Amino acid sequence: MRAWDSDLAYSFRHSPATVVAATMTLLCIGGAVLAPWIAPHNPFDLKTLDLLDSLLPPAWHSDGRVTYLLGTDNQGRDVLSAIMFGTRLSLLVGFGAVLFAIVLGVTLGLVAGYAGGPWDALIMRVADVQLSFPAILIALLIDGVARLLIASDLHDQVAVYVLIIAIGLSDWPKYARTVRGSTLVERNKEYVLAARISGRRSLAIMFRHVLPNVVGPVLVIATLNIGNAIITEATLSFLGVGVPPTQPSLGTLIRVGNDFLFSGEWWISVFPGLALVVIVLSVNLLGDWLRDALNPRLR
Amino acid sequence: MLAFILRRIIQAVLVMLVVGFVAFSLFRYVGDPVSIMLGQEATAADRVRLTHDLGLDRSFVVQFGHFVANAAQGQFGISYRMGRPVAALIAERMPATLELSFLAALFALVAGLPMGVYCALRPTSWLARLFLTASLVGVSLPTFLIGILLILVFAVQLGWLPSFGRGDVVQLGWWSTGLLTRSGLKALVLPTITLGLFQMTLIMRLVRAEMLEVLRTDYIKFARARGLSDRAVHFGHALKNTLVPVITVIGLQLGNIIAFSIITETVFQWPGMGLLFIQAVQSADIPIMAAYLSLIALVFVVINLVVDLLYYAVDPRLRVERVVAQNG
Repeated sequence: MRAWDSDLAYSFRHSPATVVAATMTLLCIGGAVLAPWIAPHNPFDLKTLDLLDSLLPPAWHSDGRVTYLLGTDNQGRDVLSAIMFGTRLSLLVGFGAVLFAIVLGVTLGLVAGYAGGPWDALIMRVADVQLSFPAILIALLIDGVARLLIASDLHDQVAVYVLIIAIGLSDWPKYARTVRGSTLVERNKEYVLAARISGRRSLAIMFRHVLPNVVGPVLVIATLNIGNAIITEATLSFLGVGVPPTQPSLGTLIRVGNDFLFSGEWWISVFPGLALVVIVLSVNLLGDWLRDALNPRLR
Repeated sequence: MLAFILRRIIQAVLVMLVVGFVAFSLFRYVGDPVSIMLGQEATAADRVRLTHDLGLDRSFVVQFGHFVANAAQGQFGISYRMGRPVAALIAERMPATLELSFLAALFALVAGLPMGVYCALRPTSWLARLFLTASLVGVSLPTFLIGILLILVFAVQLGWLPSFGRGDVVQLGWWSTGLLTRSGLKALVLPTITLGLFQMTLIMRLVRAEMLEVLRTDYIKFARARGLSDRAVHFGHALKNTLVPVITVIGLQLGNIIAFSIITETVFQWPGMGLLFIQAVQSADIPIMAAYLSLIALVFVVINLVVDLLYYAVDPRLRVERVVAQNG
């Protein structure tokens, strides 16, 4: 185990792009988690907002002010602070959705692979149908239906959870397929037979014995999918069906800023967009590295 | 062969039935059509009568049957928001979306294929490395952000190209085209690039990977040993064998392009089906949502079916396996 760890550490140290990506990811996560304490302003505290400060350009502009490093939006909110709070929400939805998809996908994949028969057929047919459509379309549909079912005053409060569930539901088949494949191999091995003979229940065998042996590839897929989930959230919010403008994520910020593009206030949408790209790119680079580093054929 | 085709068609019909069921559930359970159609002062008797007239008191199976029969004829009722038949609304918007989607696919192919070939033939050159790095950034850039950045540079700052709408369109029967006017063509440039860029990086990476694989095979070594020119080896032998999987992926991606046009259409206020759908989701216009979903599902199912059948026709190995299986 130690040797494996140091192998991983070695390949990490010798890939400068990965080190940069890891640093950027940590910076973004740190900035997002600590936003309430380290952000220069609180963009949601209406008392501190001053409309006279609205639409200020970034600090290096002649009209800009040092207190608003990246400028302000139409309500006088500091763009940098809004980005930090927005990143918080984007990361929450991204990680939450991937976690939800893993739990759902791994469970269904285990059941399909271990139980087989009609369960297998049902679960994998649903996965097949879902996989033949783009995930974002399915997330859009689930989100749209939830929007119809939940009263509008309640909707703004639960929008984040709706998004997590919608994106997670659109993403589970990938995990289910992988886990089912490895479970089919594992269930015929002797340790499973031994567990069965010693009288363990199917559920216990599935989750205590088979699961640890099939979960490896899942982690790699998950890392590669976090970037996708963040993009999906941003896209849904940009389309106006994600989180509401009162609790903006990066996508919502870009959507709001988009209206000011033509009057020359480019910073309101470009900086949140840049933050989004940096996060997704860093996470994707990390995922690529992890996939290659754990792939024994590439060593 | 016949059994294979039949099985695939039955699968396609099943998928369509599932999607139809989802669309039907939207109609039946999400919105209450009776309250939507009745005014404030309706009595309980009115409700009962309307429920009976609409057939909503009949069994689930009968209602679903009616829905499928109507949907198969393109009848999805009347839009709640616009008060017009959904079929007409979608037919009006379809040319805009299809024109944009096909141009985007063409752009992705015309730009992505040469880039992929170049990257495979000169894998160590700086230009190939640049292409690869750019494609990684391209994958991390959400479609809507590409659109916004293009608008910022080419519409707002340089003022070269329009940033929204289709420009002037010419009506050819029921089909409206922007390909025949100057302003229509100019309006197409930015949306086409936005929609096609992701597919372009995809095609580029795929062509590169496939071609590197092919260049390693024995028949390429043999062709070189025969003294054929580089051009003949690269384009006559290697590229030809690269193209089969590439064509499959492009076919499958066509459905994705049409679905992803939702995002591009929103950024550019492009009057297509995708914008119609997003507006329907925002205003809970269920008939349009159901119709769009069914249509997109049909597009996907038909494309998947055609690609499967083409694969079967093109790749002789699939047929050989079947013959062996029958004999053995």
